[in-house]
Amino acid sequence: MPIEIWLIFILCVMIIASIAALEIKDILSSIIAIGVVGLGVSLSFLFLQAPDLAVVQFLFEIFALIILVRAFVKKEFHQHEETKNNLLISIVTIVVLGLLFLLSLPVFQNLPVFGQPLMTVSEYYLFHGALQTGAANLVAAIILDYRAYDTLGEVTVLFTAIIGTLSILKIRSKEKNRETSNE
Amino acid sequence: MNKEPGMTLIVKTVTRISVWLIILYGFYIIFHGHLTPGGGFGGGVIIALALLNVLLAYGKDFTRKWLNIKLLENFESSSITLFLIVGIIGMAVGGSFLFNFIDKGTLFNMLSSGTILPLNIIIGIKVAMSLFLVVLALAAYNFDKGDEQ
Repeated sequence: MPIEIWLIFILCVMIIASIAALEIKDILSSIIAIGVVGLGVSLSFLFLQAPDLAVVQFLFEIFALIILVRAFVKKEFHQHEETKNNLLISIVTIVVLGLLFLLSLPVFQNLPVFGQPLMTVSEYYLFHGALQTGAANLVAAIILDYRAYDTLGEVTVLFTAIIGTLSILKIRSKEKNRETSNE
Repeated sequence: MNKEPGMTLIVKTVTRISVWLIILYGFYIIFHGHLTPGGGFGGGVIIALALLNVLLAYGKDFTRKWLNIKLLENFESSSITLFLIVGIIGMAVGGSFLFNFIDKGTLFNMLSSGTILPLNIIIGIKVAMSLFLVVLALAAYNFDKGDEQ
């Protein structure tokens, strides 16, 4: 079977799962439906021959699922609220989205053929990467040699996010301890 | 039945054996980042998941005793400085920031590709420690927001 059919199948499953995640009342089922979407992304990366991205996406999906389940299952965060269906807003949204789709049809016809890279820079990496960096894995060669400065930025973003989260959580837990000791 | 924190005896016994295998696999992914799919980010998440496994099975008090949390925090904070140091050594040796100054070696060898291997290890430490420490902080906070309302 050609790879496009598999991809279309996976995309359909992901769309159904995201609709289910929005509509299901039970919070645990909703989280699992979100997990199906993430695993679909990972599987489609695998079909598109990008195992590096598939591994990272798969692992982060498991990580996020564990945190979501541990954070949300027992607690009463979630209250079911009835949404008010505003007919005017729905009609305007559908019309605008339809117009956007119709206007972007010529762009879809001009897209390059599936599987052919748009940028010629990647060809340079493919032909010279292994010799210039000595790394057999070209993804590692790009993110840690050609574009190592970008990776430094990513690590800095991660560092800042973690420091912020830790400091906020520590302040809140200290406040909670003080309240309980005063009582 | 038992008042101990964490899960049942079965889960604890399985965790005791499997955690080391998972950590070993994470190190394998990190150290072969320049040869096989994976690398610092993937391997780091695997190690963080292994520690998270201990946290879920044994509870947070045991994990705080078992691991030297202060040491992990120091690893986490120092790894980004190590990344910068590698970059600055490259600047001193080769003239540009993050220059690949170590010998490239032969293709497909374990010790090849210069600075990519040390940078992979640094990123692996960084990702593993930071993800695990955030989960530990969340576990200490206990998610009691919902009860206050």
